[in-house]
Formats: sequence, C-alpha cells, structure tokens
Amino acid sequence: MLELENVWKSYRVGSLGSKRLTAVRDVSFTIAPGEVLSVVGESGSGKTTVGKMVLQLISVTRGTIRLDGRDITAAGKRGLREYYRKVQGVFQDPFSSYNPIFKADRVLEMVRQTYFPRVGRSEWQAKVEESLQSVGLDPGAVLGKYPHQLSGGQLQRMLIARALLLDIEVLVADEIISMLDASTRIDVLNLLGELKERGLAVLFVTHDLSLANYISERVIIMRHGAVVETGATAKVFGDPRHPYSRNLLASVPQLHTKWADNQFHAEELEPDGDRDRPPAPLTKVDENHWAAAAG
Amino acid sequence: MTTDATLKSDSVGESRERLYFAFRNPKVVIGLAIVLGLLLVGLIAPLLLSAEPTQQFDAKSASPSGEHWFGTTYFGNDVFTQFAYGIRSSFMVGALGGGIAFVIGLTVGFTAGYRGGLVDEFLNMLTNVVLVLPALVVLIVLSTYLENRGPVSQAIIIGVFSWPWVARAVRAQTFTLRNRDYVDLAKLSGKRAPQIIVREVMPNMASYLLMSVILLFGGAILFAAMLDFIGLGPTDSISLGSMMQQSMAWSALHLGLWWWFVPPGLAITAIVGGLYITNVGLDEVFNPKLREM
Repeated sequence: MLELENVWKSYRVGSLGSKRLTAVRDVSFTIAPGEVLSVVGESGSGKTTVGKMVLQLISVTRGTIRLDGRDITAAGKRGLREYYRKVQGVFQDPFSSYNPIFKADRVLEMVRQTYFPRVGRSEWQAKVEESLQSVGLDPGAVLGKYPHQLSGGQLQRMLIARALLLDIEVLVADEIISMLDASTRIDVLNLLGELKERGLAVLFVTHDLSLANYISERVIIMRHGAVVETGATAKVFGDPRHPYSRNLLASVPQLHTKWADNQFHAEELEPDGDRDRPPAPLTKVDENHWAAAAG
Repeated sequence: MTTDATLKSDSVGESRERLYFAFRNPKVVIGLAIVLGLLLVGLIAPLLLSAEPTQQFDAKSASPSGEHWFGTTYFGNDVFTQFAYGIRSSFMVGALGGGIAFVIGLTVGFTAGYRGGLVDEFLNMLTNVVLVLPALVVLIVLSTYLENRGPVSQAIIIGVFSWPWVARAVRAQTFTLRNRDYVDLAKLSGKRAPQIIVREVMPNMASYLLMSVILLFGGAILFAAMLDFIGLGPTDSISLGSMMQQSMAWSALHLGLWWWFVPPGLAITAIVGGLYITNVGLDEVFNPKLREM
C-alpha cells in the first residue's frame, strides 16, 4: 500500500534560489495492491512531479510518502535502494530511457549489478528470459540490440520487464504509451491490466482520458498542482462535478464528431493564483467521489 | 533476414567505425604523424646522444655539419642535443599541464552540472573568476616568485589557470544530459552519482572530451613556450622556448646563427599545428556531417 499524505513540492528558482515555484500542492492519495490509479491533468498540472516524487527522483518539500506504513522520504541511501526493489518506474520517451551508446539490455544488467550480484550467469539469463516472455517479448529478438534497432513498444515493454525482475509492488507509469502508435499502445495497456491482475499497484500518469478510463479503477484530476476531483473512474468521468473536469472531458475528440458539429463551450475557470495558499479542500459529493469547490 | 544482417553489422560498434574513419582521415593521420614523430625524437634521441645539453664544444657558432647536425650555439652547445631535450620537456609540460587542467575542469564541470543549485552557483562563480583573471600577468608574477623553476612547477601553474573553459563546456553538457530519462533509470537501479556520471553521462560526451584533451595539451605547450620566451622558463633544464629566448638574448638573428632558433621555433609550430590538425580531423570523424565525401 502506497500512501501520499499532504505532499507539497516547491522548487527554488532564480539566482541563489531567491524565488519559489510550487509545482504540487497538498496532494494525498493511496494505491492498494491490484489497483490502477490514474493521474490526469493538463501540462504543468504537476502530475509528472507526483510520479517522480513517488520514485524519489525529486525530494518532497512537505508531507510524507509511505510504503506499507514506512516513511520513505527519510529512508536514506540504503533505504532507498531497498525501496526501489519494491517501487519502479517506466517513463514517457522510450528512446530517452536508454543510453543510446550502449546496448538496450544493459538496463537489465544494471539491475543485476545492484540487486543480484551473487546470481550466476545462467540463472540470471533464465530469469531475464522469463521476465521478457512475461511481457510478450521474444528474448532472442531483443537481447544484444541497440536501442535504435528496437521499436518504441519493444523498448517500453523491456523497461516493464526490467521492473519485473525485482519483486515490485508499485509501478509508476509516467505517460508510458503516449509516444507509441495506436496498435502497440493497446498491447502495452493490456499488459498493465495483466500486471494489475497479478496484484501490482500502478500509478498511471497520463493526459489521455480515454486511456485512464480504460485501465483504471480510480482517477485523480489535477490542475495547477492541486487535486480538483477524485474518485471511482466511472463516477468522475460519468458525472464530473468540477468545471475543470467538465472542460477536460468535453475536450476529448470523439471518433464520430466533426469539429464543425462541436457545440461545446468551455466554462469559465479560476485563474492560477497564489500557489503557496492551500488549495480548495475536497468535499465528498457522492459515494467514492470527491471534488474541490470551484471558484 | 537480410535486414536483420545489415542491422547487426551496423551495430558491431560505432567505435570501430570511428576508428575506420579516423585512419582514413588525412588530417588525423598527418597531424598524428607529426606529433608522434616529434614525440619519438624527444623520447629516443636523448638516450642515444652522448653529449649533455649544457656541454660546450670547441666549435662555437658552427653551422650544421655531420658532427653537429643542427650546428652549435654562440657558447658551443650542440643545438640538436638541446633540441631533443627541449622537445622532451615541452611534451612533459603539455601532458602534465593539460592533464591537470583536464582533471580540474572535469571535476568542476561535472560537479556543477550534475549537482546544480547552490553548488553550481558557487562553482560557476569560481570558474568565471578564474576565467577573467589575466592569466598571463598572474603567471608572470607567480613565475618570478619561484626561484627554482622546473617544467613541473611550470606545468602546474599552467594547469591551474587553463581549466575554466573545459569546466564551462562540461557543465553545460552535463546540464542537458542529467535530465535524460536514462539517468533517472540508473538512479532507480540503485546507482550513485559518481557511477552515473562516469557510466551514463561521460560516454555521451567522449568525443568532446578527447578533443578538449588535445586542445589543452597544445595550449599548455604554447603557453609554456611563451613563458620561456619572456625569460620565465625552467632554470635548471632546457626547453624549446628557453632555446629561443637564449638565441634572442645573444643576438643570433644578427649574427646569422639561424640554426639556433629555427629548429625550436619549427618544432613548437609543428607540435601545436599537428595537434590542431588532428583535432579538426577528429571533428570530422565524430560529426559525419563535416566529412568530405
């Protein structure tokens, strides 16, 4: 169980850190095993920052992140290494996730160096092949290749295979399919579904609402660094209460609608204000459905 | 299957491909040949020569002959002997001074670029301060303070003053590379910052680093020659620059002793020129867009 409690992130910017930029404001949520939680929102809403804080690639300014009750923000270097045994991530751009001058399977080798230094060659090889097969990759076709020789879908699946080499409980998937084409996209998405069935908790960061709807049980909608609406996917997408959520849902192009026929007019939204102020609190609007007060 | 085979062959190694282009690039070959040829002279000739560079022969101001290949000086020193020892010390100063500058520049650049924040602000300030110091003036002051100057102290002084531009370039490159996802992935694999810098960031700028080593090496040789020429060279040994300084001090030009100053002058020009030609050639090797078809 991964818990975020009142997490804030501010960056120091400007010369000698004289100014402050708040990227995430008072975000709290939990992800249970076997659950996919989607975080959606516009660019700059802080959804990627949340994912990176869960992965501890960015420090938390205020608040705590707990895994199975243990505070990981105070874990230290060794504690972090153990944390990564249980929490792993896959990023947006498959081609940037691999160092272009090395072979792609080096990402698997790095896991061995840190976490399985005593495992023998043949035993490791068997483990790698099993893991690759479990994400639908042919080991012979992907091992020993350079990143530019593999497709985006293959690279993303290899990163998931890398995460599966460890006994992970939580996977942070940050826009992992937004750079893939439609047909590979659904394969990777279905793979996430299978992982969920196997008891993995997935934090699925995306800007694509239809993907969030397809894969996740619960959804969080973020704007200006704060949560504006959260709850069960069907509730939030079926009956959006916050004006921003309504705008967001209405802005998804439908397959059978033309631009000229679109009658939707965006609602007036509150402009970005003082980000150091606590955001509007979430109130329960329905069973499993919370929304922030608008305006 | 055929596509698979071609894919394999182009993956065999970019490094081997680069080596292939490097040895077919006339600039690299010519430049390296000049530099390595002179290096061999500096390494081997002093071992074979019986005379010492300070030894004075009876024949003074003699023109080049079979006995004295490059003639002798006003005092009867054998110019070729001095030349060979001078090349040796020039290479020494170049390697040591360039090496020191490279190590400092790399350390500062990687630390500033990778850590960012206040560390970067401080290191960047330090870099800029050293960059705007009038290095020549400081070097002259420092050199005059040192009573006994050898090539080593000279190299250290040069090294301490020529790292800033490497540091700046490395810092800038590191800034762009440290935000790549593969750096994050290495962190998620439990790798520490020094490992990430060496294994993930550095290989991506290897070509740049190689070229900056070459330029620092040449720059240190040139700087040393300049210091020598204004009389701040080594006090206990001979160098190419101090040979030229001596020849000028004893009016070799007016006495017509061209063999005294032409060889060291040509050697400095050839070493530095050779290094720059190699560098231009390597640029073409690493950047295919510059290759002449």
